[in-house]
Amino acid sequence: MSRVLIVARNTFREAVRDRVLYNLVFFALLMIASAVIVGQVSMDIETIVMVSLGLSAISLIGLLIAVFTGVGLVSKEIDKRTLHAVLARPLRRWEFLLGKFTGLVLTLTVNTAAMAAGLFLAMWSVKHSLVRGDAVALVAVYFILLKLMLVVALAMMFSCFTSPLLAILFTGGLYVAGLFVAQLRSLQLTQMSAHTQKFFSILSYLLPNFENYDVMGAAAHGRAISRSLVLHNTLYTALYCAIVLSVAAVIFSRKDLK
Amino acid sequence: MTAAIETQNLTKQYPHGFLHLKRKTSLENLTMQVEDGEVFGFLGPNGAGKSTTIKLLMGIIFPTAGSAQILGKPVSDVSMHQDIGYLPEQPYFYDYLTAAEVLDYFARFHGFRAAERKERVQKMLRKVGLETAGKIQLRKFSKGMLQRVGLAQAIVHDPKLLILDEPMSGLDPVGRREVRDIILELKNAGKTILFSTHILSDAETLCDRVGVIAGGQLRGVGAPGSIVGVKSLGMEIIFELTGSGAQIEKVRAKATKFGANYRMSVSEAELYAALEELRGASATIISVTQIKPTLEDFFMELVGKDRAQAAAVEVSGQ
Repeated sequence: MSRVLIVARNTFREAVRDRVLYNLVFFALLMIASAVIVGQVSMDIETIVMVSLGLSAISLIGLLIAVFTGVGLVSKEIDKRTLHAVLARPLRRWEFLLGKFTGLVLTLTVNTAAMAAGLFLAMWSVKHSLVRGDAVALVAVYFILLKLMLVVALAMMFSCFTSPLLAILFTGGLYVAGLFVAQLRSLQLTQMSAHTQKFFSILSYLLPNFENYDVMGAAAHGRAISRSLVLHNTLYTALYCAIVLSVAAVIFSRKDLK
Repeated sequence: MTAAIETQNLTKQYPHGFLHLKRKTSLENLTMQVEDGEVFGFLGPNGAGKSTTIKLLMGIIFPTAGSAQILGKPVSDVSMHQDIGYLPEQPYFYDYLTAAEVLDYFARFHGFRAAERKERVQKMLRKVGLETAGKIQLRKFSKGMLQRVGLAQAIVHDPKLLILDEPMSGLDPVGRREVRDIILELKNAGKTILFSTHILSDAETLCDRVGVIAGGQLRGVGAPGSIVGVKSLGMEIIFELTGSGAQIEKVRAKATKFGANYRMSVSEAELYAALEELRGASATIISVTQIKPTLEDFFMELVGKDRAQAAAVEVSGQ
């Protein structure tokens, strides 16, 4: 486990030195601008606008980092051949992969936490107070982080057997498909055969369900989110990530490096 | 002596062509041993299979057939990497780290505590002549400096066995000399060293044994002197020659001028007759040396044969 943490620590350091966290400046500017605008034009909808805007920005920025950095985590090391000296250590390939995953998740956690703090600061500056209902936004931020973990795992898996460009496309495609899992599950067209319906039903359970993580509406309106959904999403993410990373580890462990 | 490295019929083929249906053989049935405590030079031209062999040993690529053991364990067992130092060919490290950070990062995998790591890192930086560059990010390093970092990271954990892929590559003459001295120092400390090179003088200077590889096949293994054979290629006479006259001009016609002197190559049987002739021309003999084949001659002969064979195959359309 300590070897995994050595890789993770270095991955976090890489992200910091490669200025990945500079996106926080953009987010801060966005929050300041929106706070100024919302403060001038809104009529008791400050929280809804601020939370919706803030959570959307946190999600979008996080997704961009998760996909692009996630794909590069392994492929960049293979391309630049930095991996050769690392794998010459008493380090198994799956440990390297898990370390990379942990390092990027740590980066995303710090990034997301900083953006969440910025969001709450902007909300406070607009309303001059925070109420208990605002805490729901924290749950929404937690769900975004879970979603990002799953995206990182998928990006890493695809980058283990295909080119970075295709890995980005596959990850992006799977993310979009995962947003429509419920629709796919309830798809019952009369012209469809029983086999086709069965196929779509199975597919809907295999695809990562990204819909579950979307609680932006509830957060914006301060509606409570059930504990069972929090538990479900946490376990679902852990299990799905474990499966995806295991597949990635099997592929990566047999891969000839250039 | 026990074998530090042992391979049996190690073969590597790569798929290529449309749909990867064809196979290109990079290494074919390599069977060899590197004994414990020896310096073994792996020689061959570019594309001969040297780096392929080393990558197979380090688990960077996987064999199509055959097997290999390092320090008595199969190469798939990464636990023995605790005792191995590896310098990749044209090493590239995380360029956002400083030289000291890179060494510290690699040392962490070997379980050293912070104080010991710090001490080792400083010692290694001094050893490879980078003590003043330890706090500079690697993105600002020259190729030669990266090569030195590569060597430092390979020995930072004091391994029993070193596998160095082209360790002199990218170094200036001073750097090459320093790396040579480090290798000799490691050899004297009882380390086993396998290094690949195409610089033959380095192999002749450093190696107990060499293996010559060409076209993915091992072509010969032995001490640098014995591998090329002990048979003399003739005698070389260096002499001074002044004045003129028929006898002198006759000698001059047979010799090659270099600088102020002349050089003449003759067979061993002709040596005394040639010396008589030189005496007759009042030449001053400077030296008489036996010409032995060098590793370079052996190497060139092998490569030449391969190229001739390849050309013959191409001409015959096979």
